[in-house]
Amino acid sequence: MQRFVRLHVRTTDPQTDVRQGIIINPLTLIKTIMVNHYETVFVLTPVLSEPQMKEAVDKFENLLTQNGGTILNREEWGLRKLAYPIQAKTSGFYCVLQFDVETAFIAKLETEFTRDERVLRFLTTRLDKYAFEYAEKRRNHTKKEEA
Amino acid sequence: MAQNEEIRYLTPKQTDQKKKKYCRFKKAGIKYVDYKDPEFLKKFLNEQGKILPRRITGTSLKFQRKVAQAVKKARHLALLPYVTDMMK
Repeated sequence: MQRFVRLHVRTTDPQTDVRQGIIINPLTLIKTIMVNHYETVFVLTPVLSEPQMKEAVDKFENLLTQNGGTILNREEWGLRKLAYPIQAKTSGFYCVLQFDVETAFIAKLETEFTRDERVLRFLTTRLDKYAFEYAEKRRNHTKKEEA
Repeated sequence: MAQNEEIRYLTPKQTDQKKKKYCRFKKAGIKYVDYKDPEFLKKFLNEQGKILPRRITGTSLKFQRKVAQAVKKARHLALLPYVTDMMK
């Protein structure tokens, strides 16, 4: 299963991973943090230029990495027609981010999305076992195409 | 009258064999329904963009639930329309 717990312990290695079978003295445990795989799809306004769009995506990527997240995948679909108008706009930049981050950070991330005026829509989902497999396959597939 | 009816059915009525429906997910071994792929999800919608019942598509209950969720997510992201006409 992909749901795992990362323990922060008072040792030289601050992020000892339980999955690696390291036995930790429970007394050294400070706090338990849930880390999951997530995926966010968001739509940016079409009024942005290409570099501005990149900058907006970088902003969220940096926000994640600065808060202990790791980016697994970043996909930009480019300008796409919307199925129905949102804020009187008929197209938008679609972007997909897949990442690992602690569960508590998701709420903060979502407030950031709602505050950003460049974002028309966003949706964050937890990747379950099958979704993660699918995402991995997709990632490898696009890598092959690039190569 | 009775004779007429008999004549009408002299040639055996073509009782066409019903084709057994199947769940395409189970058959193809698909385990995850991707909401980011609107073209695939369109197979489960009618012309108005409504989700088709599984009595028509043959999808198993397990995957019908997943399809429904995926369609709803796709609608939120404007990948699929909520209401439309002549989609196909």
